[in-house]
Amino acid sequence: MHNPSTFDAPRPAAARSSWMRYASPALFYPLAGRMIPFFAAGAALLAAAGLYTGLVVAPIDSQQGEVYRILFIHVAAAWMSMFLYLVMAGYAALGLIFNTRLSFMMMRALAPTGALFTFLTLWTGALWGKPTWGTWWVWDARLTSELILLFLYLGFMALQAATDDTQRADRGGAILLLAGVVNVPIIYFSVQWWSTLHQGASINLTAAPSMARIMVTAMLLMVAAFWLYSAAVALARVRGIILEREPGAVQAGGEMAAGQTGPRGARTEAK
Amino acid sequence: MLATLSQLALREVRLAWRRPADTLGATLFFIVTGSLFPLAVGPDPVLLLAIGPGVLWVCALLGILLSLNRPFAQDYDNGALEQLLVSPHPLPMLVGVKLGAHWFSTCVPLILASPVLALQFGLPPHAIGILVLSLLLGTPTLALVGGLGAALTLGLRGGALLPLLVLPLYVPVLIFGAGAVSATYAGLGAGPQLSLLGAGLCLAILLCPWGASAALRVALD
Repeated sequence: MHNPSTFDAPRPAAARSSWMRYASPALFYPLAGRMIPFFAAGAALLAAAGLYTGLVVAPIDSQQGEVYRILFIHVAAAWMSMFLYLVMAGYAALGLIFNTRLSFMMMRALAPTGALFTFLTLWTGALWGKPTWGTWWVWDARLTSELILLFLYLGFMALQAATDDTQRADRGGAILLLAGVVNVPIIYFSVQWWSTLHQGASINLTAAPSMARIMVTAMLLMVAAFWLYSAAVALARVRGIILEREPGAVQAGGEMAAGQTGPRGARTEAK
Repeated sequence: MLATLSQLALREVRLAWRRPADTLGATLFFIVTGSLFPLAVGPDPVLLLAIGPGVLWVCALLGILLSLNRPFAQDYDNGALEQLLVSPHPLPMLVGVKLGAHWFSTCVPLILASPVLALQFGLPPHAIGILVLSLLLGTPTLALVGGLGAALTLGLRGGALLPLLVLPLYVPVLIFGAGAVSATYAGLGAGPQLSLLGAGLCLAILLCPWGASAALRVALD
C-alpha cells in the first residue's frame, strides 16, 4: 500500500554509490541514449563479420553440406533466447528486492526481444530440420522446451498487456518470471533427461569443441552481435517506457545531466 | 494459529460443498471430455489404450484449470480476501491452506472418478493404480501453481490469460504424470516419474503459496 510518490522524490545523486546512481530512470535516460549508437554499430559490424565468416569463409560441412550454415543464426538465437529470459528474471529479482523502478522497466523492455529470438530459433530450426532430419518438427525435448519458452514469453507479455496499473504489472510480471525461470534449467538439462533425436551440444567448456575453429569463431561473432543488438533494442525500448511513465523526471534528469537537447523536452510536453 | 488454519480449511470446504455443481464442475468436465475422445478417434481398443494416459491427464489438467478462478475470485468480490491479508498470521500459510482445501474439494472427486474413465480406455488394473497415484502426486502441484496464476490474474480482463500463464508451467507435471502411466505399458517401473512428481510437489509447496501471497498483496494494493 505504499505511495509511489515517496519513491519519486528526488534524492541527492551524490549520496548514492556510483553504481546505484543510474538506477534512477531520469539519469539513466540520457546514458541509455548515449550507449545505443555504440551497441547498434557494434552489432552491425559483428553481424557482418560473423555472417561473412560463416557463409563465405567457413568450409562446407562434411555431413550436412551447405545446410548447416543456418546454425550460425540458430545457435546464437537459441543462446540469446534462454539468456535473455535469465536476464529478465535477474531484473525481476533486483526490482523486487531493491524496489528499483528501472529494473522493472528493463525487464519489460527485454521481453519482445527475447520472444523474437525464441521464435527465430524455432523457425531456423525448422528450416534446418527439414533437409537434415526430413521433417519440419519433431517432439524432441529441446524443441518442445524452446516452444514452452516462447509460451512463457507470450504469457509474460499478455500479463503486462492486461494489467493497467503499472505497479501491479511490474510486480506481477516479476513473480511470473521468477516462477517461469524454473523452466530454463529444464530446457538445458532436458537433453540429458530424455534420450532424444536432437544432437548433444557441440560446444562445452570441459572438452575441445567438436567443430572446426573457423565455425566456432563465426558462431561466437554471431552471439556477440545478437547480444549487442539485444542491448541496443532494449535500451531504446526502455527509453520509451521511461518517457511514457515519468515524462517529468526525464526533463528534470535532462536538466541535471545538462546535456539534453530540445526535441525530447518537446515530446514529453506533447504527452 | 492452528485453530485459525483449520477454521479456514473448514470454511473453504464448506463453501465448496454448498455449491456442489460448481465444485464438481472439474470432475464432470474431466469425465465428459474424456468420453469425447473415443467418439473422435474411434473405438479401436489398441489406439485407446495407447492414448489413454495422455488423454486422461490432459482432461484432468484442463478440468483443474477451469476451477482455478474459484479459490480467490469469490473472496475478492465479497471482501473476505482483504481480511485474510490483514490477518496477523503469515499470509503464505493461509494461502497454502486455502489452496489445499481447494485441491481437496475439487481434485479429490476427480481422482476418485479417474479409475472409471480409465476402464473406458481399457487400461490394465496395474496402470489404473499408477494413474491414481500419479494424479494424487501431480494434481496438488497443479492446484498450487494454478493458485499462483489465479492470484496474478485476479480481477484482470481476458479469459485466456490464466491458461496462457499457467499451462506452460504445467508441462513438466503433464509429462511425468502421463509418462508414469505409459511406463507401466513397457514393463518399466513408474518409480522415476512418480519420484519426479513428488519432487515437483515439494518444490510447489515450498514456493507457490509464497509467490501467490506476494501476488495477492500486489493485486489488492
